[in-house]
Amino acid sequence: MANTEQEILAGLAEIVSEETGLPTDSVLPEKSFTDDLDIDSLSMMTIVTLAEEKFGVRIPDDEVKNLSSVGDVIKFIQGAQA
Amino acid sequence: MTNAIDVVVTGLGATTPLGGDVESTWTAALAGKSGVRTLDNDWAQKYEMSVSFAGTLAVPAAEVLTRPETRKMDPSAQYAMIAAREAWADAGSPVVDGDRLATVVGSGIGGVWTILSAWDTIQEKGARRALPMTVPMLMPNSPAANLSIEFGARAGAHAPVSACASGAEAIAYGTQMIRDGKADVVIAGGTEAAVHPMPISSFAAMKALSTRNDDPAGASRPYDITRDGFVLGEGAGIVVLESAAHAAARGARVLARIGGLGTSSDAFHIAAPEPTGAGQTVAMQRALADADLTPRDIVHLNAHATSTPVGDMIEARAIRSLFGDDVDHMVLSATKSMMGHLLGAAGAVETILTILALRDRLAPPTINITQPEPDLGLDLVCNTPRELPAGPLAAINNSFGFGGHNVALVVTSA
Repeated sequence: MANTEQEILAGLAEIVSEETGLPTDSVLPEKSFTDDLDIDSLSMMTIVTLAEEKFGVRIPDDEVKNLSSVGDVIKFIQGAQA
Repeated sequence: MTNAIDVVVTGLGATTPLGGDVESTWTAALAGKSGVRTLDNDWAQKYEMSVSFAGTLAVPAAEVLTRPETRKMDPSAQYAMIAAREAWADAGSPVVDGDRLATVVGSGIGGVWTILSAWDTIQEKGARRALPMTVPMLMPNSPAANLSIEFGARAGAHAPVSACASGAEAIAYGTQMIRDGKADVVIAGGTEAAVHPMPISSFAAMKALSTRNDDPAGASRPYDITRDGFVLGEGAGIVVLESAAHAAARGARVLARIGGLGTSSDAFHIAAPEPTGAGQTVAMQRALADADLTPRDIVHLNAHATSTPVGDMIEARAIRSLFGDDVDHMVLSATKSMMGHLLGAAGAVETILTILALRDRLAPPTINITQPEPDLGLDLVCNTPRELPAGPLAAINNSFGFGGHNVALVVTSA
């Protein structure tokens, strides 16, 4: 079942906020995980694992390095759900 | 023998079944309260457990820490962090050269909640759902490592593991680091978060736990003839250790001195204490010799006394054998009567209670004593606190662990 971009953003924001303590409204598509949200590689892998479960997709390990912004993850999930 | 570098205690922190910090724990202890309660869940019915109670934290960690902190640390590390922040603030949040600051935190069991919930997840959802923080959270050095990061401690981060002696051993190790010139300040103690159906059921399988389900608060009763086992507790105790010179240079308030350390091992059985208590006596003798004191100098002893039928009397024999005729001016407290057995945190929390007993000149009570052991031969502080004499004071804290680990610490007044 495909989610809208807004639903994916809201779901990701919830995961990132739980993991980092950042407010959900700071998690925006243009934000970089490392530069803007200060997320390290273990936290990134945690977010990916939880996002896979939440959105019913598989994000291959060698794909993760290409997902530098929140928007990149949203796009990947939309593509994987299509 | 005397030690060239004197080690003092300048800060205390704890979270226990009696209170979310040191003073609330101490106030409840002097009032003879119990922190042992019926578990607020369905484990007992669901798993047909023979024990349905424990000494759970008076203030849950989730009420103190942020959500990201509770997600990134096992409860055992969470409790240590809460206690360490209190201890550090209590020490005056000193500015310390990180190269001269160490952390030493022991645990009896380690990150058992993390291990078991990760395994549950893998069984239910497959290996792909394993979370990357699982190993950093479950490893038994995680509390010491998390504290080293929190406080910028680069002189070393260590995690002595000796079952129920771990917390005392951590304080001994930290003291020795300062004596050896490896650090000026050490954040040291013990932590345990094992109130989970697996440890409870497994301790129960050893017939080690009290099954007094109809009276949880009355279940832990060391040295009472009706005692039927220990009560599992959880929590953490952390002290700030400091060389006396470093403390004096910054004008720190000194709470007590760690006068002496004594350790021994029974080399007897993986779980049972050696019946004569000889190894326990040796640990106490070594601690006294290290402190350059004799039994005559000791006014108070916080016993390991877990409320097991066999263990309590072996320790009593070990104490009598050490003190001989000097036993009549030493008062004995068994504070596990109030909070249960905090396993790897016990030695640290009980060292804190021993320090406070010297500070306030009040030995805490042993509660639930209705029929004391007639052959105890020791002056047990029953049910209400007992005043300690004026003048300089010295006390012993005993901690013993499965595997035959014996640790005795001598604490002296500031």
